[in-house]
Amino acid sequence: MPIIKTEIRRGVYIDSAKLMKLQRSLGEFAGILDTGVIMGTDSNKELLSHIGLTSPEILASKPDELVIAIKADDEKSADFALSKVDELLAARKGNQDQDYQPRSLETAAGMLPDANWVIISVAGRYAGGVTREALRLGKHVHLFSDNVSIEEEIELKKEARELGLLVMGPDCGTAMIGGMGLAFANKIRLGPIGIVAAAGTGLQQVACRIHQLGSGITSGIGTGGKDLSEKVGAITFLMALEVLARDPDTKVIVLTSKPPSPKVAEEVLKKARKAGKPVVINFIARPVTTLRDGNLFFATGLDDAARLAVELTNNPPKIGSDIDVDLKLFKPEQKYLRGLFSGGTLAYEAQYILAGYLPKVWANSPLNKENKMENSLVSQEHSIIDLGEDEFTVGRLHPMMDNELRIRRLYEEAKDPEVAVIMLDVVIGYGSHPNPSSEIAPAIKKCLDDAKKANRYLEIVCVVTGTDEDPQNFDEQVKLLKDAGAWVDPSNEVVVRRIGRILRALAERDSEDIAAIGKPVDLDSLKKPMQAINVGLESFSENLKDQNAPHVQVDWKPPAGGNEKLAGILERMKKL
Amino acid sequence: MAIDIDKANATVVERFMEARPVATTLAKAIEVVPGFRENMLLHAGPPVTWERMSGPMKGAMIGALLFEGKAKSAEEAEKMLAGGKIEFSPNHEHMCTGPMAGVISPSMLVYEIENKTHGIKCFSNLNEGRGKVLRMGAYSQDVLDKLSWMESTLGPTVKAALEAMGGIDIRAILSKAMHMGDDGHNRLDAASVLWTTQLAPWIAKTANNTDTAFEVIKFLGENALSILNPVMAGCKTMTAAGHNIEGSTIVTIMARNGTDWGIKVSGLGDQWFTAQSPIVKSLYFPGFTEADACRDIGDSVITETAGIGGFAMANSPALVTFIGGVPKDAINTTLDMYEITYAEHKQFTIPLLDFRGTPTGVDIRKVVEKQIAPRVNTGVAHKDPGVGQVGAGVASAPMSLFEDALVAFAEKYNI
Repeated sequence: MPIIKTEIRRGVYIDSAKLMKLQRSLGEFAGILDTGVIMGTDSNKELLSHIGLTSPEILASKPDELVIAIKADDEKSADFALSKVDELLAARKGNQDQDYQPRSLETAAGMLPDANWVIISVAGRYAGGVTREALRLGKHVHLFSDNVSIEEEIELKKEARELGLLVMGPDCGTAMIGGMGLAFANKIRLGPIGIVAAAGTGLQQVACRIHQLGSGITSGIGTGGKDLSEKVGAITFLMALEVLARDPDTKVIVLTSKPPSPKVAEEVLKKARKAGKPVVINFIARPVTTLRDGNLFFATGLDDAARLAVELTNNPPKIGSDIDVDLKLFKPEQKYLRGLFSGGTLAYEAQYILAGYLPKVWANSPLNKENKMENSLVSQEHSIIDLGEDEFTVGRLHPMMDNELRIRRLYEEAKDPEVAVIMLDVVIGYGSHPNPSSEIAPAIKKCLDDAKKANRYLEIVCVVTGTDEDPQNFDEQVKLLKDAGAWVDPSNEVVVRRIGRILRALAERDSEDIAAIGKPVDLDSLKKPMQAINVGLESFSENLKDQNAPHVQVDWKPPAGGNEKLAGILERMKKL
Repeated sequence: MAIDIDKANATVVERFMEARPVATTLAKAIEVVPGFRENMLLHAGPPVTWERMSGPMKGAMIGALLFEGKAKSAEEAEKMLAGGKIEFSPNHEHMCTGPMAGVISPSMLVYEIENKTHGIKCFSNLNEGRGKVLRMGAYSQDVLDKLSWMESTLGPTVKAALEAMGGIDIRAILSKAMHMGDDGHNRLDAASVLWTTQLAPWIAKTANNTDTAFEVIKFLGENALSILNPVMAGCKTMTAAGHNIEGSTIVTIMARNGTDWGIKVSGLGDQWFTAQSPIVKSLYFPGFTEADACRDIGDSVITETAGIGGFAMANSPALVTFIGGVPKDAINTTLDMYEITYAEHKQFTIPLLDFRGTPTGVDIRKVVEKQIAPRVNTGVAHKDPGVGQVGAGVASAPMSLFEDALVAFAEKYNI
């Protein structure tokens, strides 16, 4: 037999919607058949009577009284439900402090207007769209997502470059900006070293070693592993390098990369030479042919790079121009080297070293078959000719004994208006010509004089291999050459590196002005305290929270719920 | 044709916000409603046939014929309605709006609401209060008696007062009510009080006698929805001002008839996009459950279309109990609506959100992209005619409406 129990509360006002909620909750307890929670107005009482919920108490209730009527299987069930009324009225669902999660980047940007970074880790096929949105809002992007096509990567990076914004990624695992780690990152103290890395764990390794060595970083900018590929052409890498070069707090820059495209690596080094501060290079799988080239310091590994960087901040090297010739003396068409060697090994070494400075050096006896001169008698572009090769010594003495052929070739090369530098080796000692400089020096002088008459500047350099105890007397030989106007050094490497620098600088004369493509990155945007919007993996937001960085997590969903037709229309509408 | 969607949308929402609706007078519907005819009944939502009509709308149609004296009994009325004798037409095609079933018959009195900025007039019937009412599909004698009283006493008295005082600025009342706990749709307690207090002195001055004045002021004052119908027509004057702007993706009409939901888009002319109306997520009055509920019904969603109602829920945290939530949910509902709207209202603001304007101008692009449907605070009618309201809650518009409209937009503009 069902029973009806009623509770009347006087002098309370509870919102009608809240009463309905209470009524529903009470009805959910076991043994409850029906419930009515109302204020005691006539129309409400009528409502209850329609569903058979009535009693003398209910009929006597007044409009300002709260009526709780319960029809239950038994008294116990009814009493239990009534005992829960206060609890239910006080109940709160959810966490009131929980922040609103915006559904779009645009809204998130409105909530955190000073956010300078957007971290994106959505599925690859949506990453491009979200990145474009972030760029449109003027934010740098840390693009963690992978499976973004290289074509899209290039497009995004080019768009970003126009806006002076960094797109770190795709597939960029790590970045550390202003002491804050994004995505996978370590807690690295702030310090004087800036890192640019196309290598996620490479960045982590270098940064951690720097930290362990007691130093720290300004920023560690990731670029994604494909940035130094030939197609992408180091777009982000170069932007990052450029901004760190401008950053007064960054005293030393470290560049590291997974195996880069050789061509792109040279492009990066070209820019790095203009950084105006020491730059430590560690490109994995790129051979180290020198430990230092001007402001560039080549490391043999990640750890070595960290060590070098710390050392260079502790003992800053003198960085000045590494060119001791006024490049303006050369005519614009003058850009090539002709090396006229008597010594085969010296010629080989010259080729090997010059590979680090010049894109291609032809030779009659090349290190690499691809660089073989078509005709040893006719120089092309940069050429190194070993006149001691068999082809030149048939029926005549070796050029270390007989200077005639070499001098003839010297006159020939000196007349070529595209030639800027001529290198000769002079090897003395037993067996060699008794006084080679006495023949070579006048020839050099004539070449320089003729060039001057033709309104050209010619740089002739010599390496002299010999000692002061040699019969020809080293010092005298050197003096003759110098007096004739040649630049002389006893080290083949020193001479070759010097001309390498000159020729490289000549080659870069033209490209100097077109270096600035797009808009430079705003240095302040990297210096401001990190504030970020996270789209994707929520754990990245938690990382930011742990680092006390203001952040907003976006409750992101694929556009149009993943419907490609609709998403296509929306995309086209954006381009109208 | 080259279109600039953002520019078009900016024009549309600007018109929404600049519109200043003023309740000026009342008149017989047949005399003022454009395109109205003697054998026509207007109804809420998009077009619908008798066969597909929901219970409460059928009930309201029957009640309207009885009220008009065109039928002597419910049976006779039903026969007329089913027999093609009566033409059905959506309120929105006649610059009208009506809550729930929204049925307006030719001789009913309607409010005339004039948008003074753009010179647009819209109309709405008189609110009957809560309980058993025609708009919920009830047509018993007491319902008809009340309608008669409204026609003979309430209407003429309010008309005289409105004319004497020179009209009531609906926008001004809404702006204030937004700061007094109203959302402008489901909760209009404050606005109705403001409406009544403005009318009361003029009713006292112009009514035929003190008894009439007493009755009318009491009726207005006790009805927390007194102002709902003028508000709806006022909102209609706002969104109508933004309709038919080439290239705009802003929704200018949302409406339901208990069977279908329908929308119109500014840049897509007079085409209705329709889909089945959802069941409202609701809390129910004692004795009722979801099984009793009619599908979402009424023109009142014109308030959300204009940027208030569910969109202004942050101003009306008490309403969240309808969705079993906490006040934070009300704020989040409003924040969600910013995601799909084009502008923030200049006139209607939200103190809790540092006086941000309410989310205004539903943009079909944003709705589809983010898959967030407009949310509506609404009452729920019983699915059978004649029973009345059974609850109140929150409904979301069907997503397909906006998707269909987006496809149509792309076709029309060759996108």
